[in-house]
Amino acid sequence: MAGHSNYVPQSAAAKWLESRLPVIGLVRGSFVDFPTPKNLNYWWTFGGILFFVLIAQIVTGIVLVMHYTPNTAMAFASVEHIMRDVNFGWLLRYLHANGASMFFIAVFIHMFRGMYYGSYKAPREISWILGVVIFLIMMATAFMGYVLPWGQMSFWGATVITNLFSALPLVGEPIVNWLWGGFAVDNPTLNRFFSLHYLLPFMIFGVVLLHVWAFHTTGNNNPTGINPKTKQDTIPFHPYYTIKDLFAIVVFMILFAYFVFYIPNFLGHADNYIEANPLVTPAHIVPEWYFLPFYAILRAVPDKLGGVILMFGSIAVMFVLPWLDTSKVRSGTYRPLFKQFFWIFAAVCVGLGYLGAMPAEGGYVIAARILTAYYFAHFLIILPLLGFLEKPKELPASISEAVLSGGGKPAGAVAAPDTK
Amino acid sequence: MAQQDTVEPTRRDFLYIATGAMGAVGAAALAWPFIDQMNPDASALSLASIEVDISAIEEGQEIKVMWRGKPVFIRNRSAKEVEEANAVAISDLPDQNARNANLAADAQATDANRGVEGREALIVMVGVCTHLGCIPLGQSGDFGGWFCPCHGSHYDTAGRIRKGPAPENLLIPPFEFTSDNVIQIG
Amino acid sequence: MKTMIKSVRGALLAVAATAVATPVMAAGQAPHIERQQWSFSGPFGQYDKAQLQRGFKVYKEVCASCHGSRLLSFRNLAEEGGPGFTEDQVKAVAAEYTVMKGPNDDGEMEEVAAIPSDRWPSPFPNEQAARAANGGAYPPDFSTLAKARAVASGFPGFVFDMFTQYQEHGPDYIYNLLTGYKDAPACFGEDFSGYYNEKFIGGSITNEECHGQPLTGGPIGMAPPLSDEQVEYTDGTPMTVDQYAHDVSAFMMWVAEPKLEERKSMGFRVMIFLVVFASLLYFTKKSIWRDVEH
Repeated sequence: MAGHSNYVPQSAAAKWLESRLPVIGLVRGSFVDFPTPKNLNYWWTFGGILFFVLIAQIVTGIVLVMHYTPNTAMAFASVEHIMRDVNFGWLLRYLHANGASMFFIAVFIHMFRGMYYGSYKAPREISWILGVVIFLIMMATAFMGYVLPWGQMSFWGATVITNLFSALPLVGEPIVNWLWGGFAVDNPTLNRFFSLHYLLPFMIFGVVLLHVWAFHTTGNNNPTGINPKTKQDTIPFHPYYTIKDLFAIVVFMILFAYFVFYIPNFLGHADNYIEANPLVTPAHIVPEWYFLPFYAILRAVPDKLGGVILMFGSIAVMFVLPWLDTSKVRSGTYRPLFKQFFWIFAAVCVGLGYLGAMPAEGGYVIAARILTAYYFAHFLIILPLLGFLEKPKELPASISEAVLSGGGKPAGAVAAPDTK
Repeated sequence: MAQQDTVEPTRRDFLYIATGAMGAVGAAALAWPFIDQMNPDASALSLASIEVDISAIEEGQEIKVMWRGKPVFIRNRSAKEVEEANAVAISDLPDQNARNANLAADAQATDANRGVEGREALIVMVGVCTHLGCIPLGQSGDFGGWFCPCHGSHYDTAGRIRKGPAPENLLIPPFEFTSDNVIQIG
Repeated sequence: MKTMIKSVRGALLAVAATAVATPVMAAGQAPHIERQQWSFSGPFGQYDKAQLQRGFKVYKEVCASCHGSRLLSFRNLAEEGGPGFTEDQVKAVAAEYTVMKGPNDDGEMEEVAAIPSDRWPSPFPNEQAARAANGGAYPPDFSTLAKARAVASGFPGFVFDMFTQYQEHGPDYIYNLLTGYKDAPACFGEDFSGYYNEKFIGGSITNEECHGQPLTGGPIGMAPPLSDEQVEYTDGTPMTVDQYAHDVSAFMMWVAEPKLEERKSMGFRVMIFLVVFASLLYFTKKSIWRDVEH
């Protein structure tokens, strides 16, 4: 991925391979010699963490498939068979189920990091857009994976979410029947979700490679947002960032293990331990926590089609984010006003998440409408205006200068462990 | 300063080695659940023994039962079959080991060692050809015992390989009598 | 201009804050669940084998006449991390039950004594039969029930639950339910002939006369299942409804989460490993970065 390595093969075998397939040079150029800004803080390790979680999900998923049966009559029991009989089956399943949540925790942090430091701005628009594509595929994968245990939340979550498409005028009904393969969520639905749930992670993997390729072509962004100017501004990826990412991954694994071993069902829903029953709807249908902000947006709108449009719009707006932000300055570190709006926006997203978990009634709906309006206003009004209204701070001359003056330590990263 | 230069790298090397070693141990420990999950699970292991009533098997008849997903032949052999099996010299057998899980590993492949102790007409064998796992046909082949159609292995009336590619006699599973007419296999 | 932006921002923030803080609108229908002490709670929690054995006895003699446990095999009762029965005890228990097997050589299904590898036989062949025999109510299967019942802790309770590792919603609820039977409130009317349980989350009180009263729970199909001295304990444990309810709740938790002990003990070792490994990595990272200004 955009390797410009000085690698010259030494051994005969390496020469033989390199002259036919320059894979060693590619890997070295991308992940060994790759010149990386030397001031990346710990928020930048979430890319590596996400790669680890993606691999972990794929590996645990593949072994779970060895024991799972995608059939409405057997799916629930086969998951319980994994939990009870398969050697370490409980561990593999809890790893996979909680791994999905870990994936979203990491991806949300990764996205907010990109927003704070302006990583979406030219020339990294393609990287950002591919990231939003990954996020969309991730959401589809997670949603279909949640259906597979065939519990009550699986079934009714699938019913509610697929019914979103029925909001489309004219084609809605046929599309929903096409998605279901019948007239309700049933065995054909389960089978196709299983098939796609297995396929999509590999597509994510492919898009991830493109995502990395793109920002390896432009070079990494960094907390100052200014481009490396001299050799003093960068260091090779290995060993500096391999060890830093590895450390961050292991720290993240502590959080992961805490959930898996001590509170494995904390992020799940109790109703999903009841087998799916098409005749009984649970009192409150709540999606997994990572969908809650979007669910709140969906329910904030009294109109069925309007809600669906806004919900998809909340993600669609991210595709054009690079062109909505009019500021010439990349990093939020040097944007005093943007910095404050950024944190309000983050709080609004958390608030929407909370409201998504609450029943859609009374004050909750009003609150959800206000926050939904703010969510869109942030992208469509505040960001475009800020570029004109805001007077950014003076930028340092180079990364090295920022590091030496201590200015490379952005205010937004105060929570990150600071190591020198 | 000079002293520090010589001491520092040693301590650093130790740190790197310790970290690397710990990572290797962790990776190995993490790999194990992913490997072990493919081993037979608790529900498969619990089916590892079955009980069979053999009272209804007439002389010259046999029954097949499933044990661990494989057929087990339980045959009440005729006098002629037992006689034929006894007539074979051990030295003529390609596999001279009894292959009887209930006997010592080096027991000879005499008919007595193949049959059931005290009931020499009875024989209990896993009905899977020791060549590549097909199920041999009963009362056929050159020796009146079993014949595997896949690659032409001939077994005699005591289930011993006599001709063909199979390397071993038909295996005799571990079993015991839980009462006069009931055997527990496995 | 700048001050205007600031004031707009302040206003928005205030609105957002009040909106999020809006209290729950609906009256408190959800019952209060008294949290209990469980041997299996916390990072080092393990099942109390004697309690599981007692709970099994309560289940077998009382609950099992209506509630199945279709994912429970007899052999589980002798497995590691469970009630710790011996193989022979399990064989004896299994032999008390019959299961349908077959077809035999005549093509008939036959009822034979169960063996340890068999599943716990359900008291009813299907949900319809269960409903028909229980006045329309369906006695839920116990296999995963202790993980399928929870009364939400709400905010900020659920945040604390994350750190206190509270995972016992199920058994707490089951205990509360079993001890939550009360005389039906007067507003139910003279002709109410069912049972009232103030902890039942599946119940809803629809009587108009009850509006505005601080009632929780509702009518429940299950008659009060436990009474003092009902199940014989031979180890001197008090034979009270309270004790029975605790024991059977613990047993149901084990049925739903049989690998809990293995999970928690492995978790401890994994945590120690990860913390030590992370510290080593931290110092390695520091050492590698020692010459870089960053």
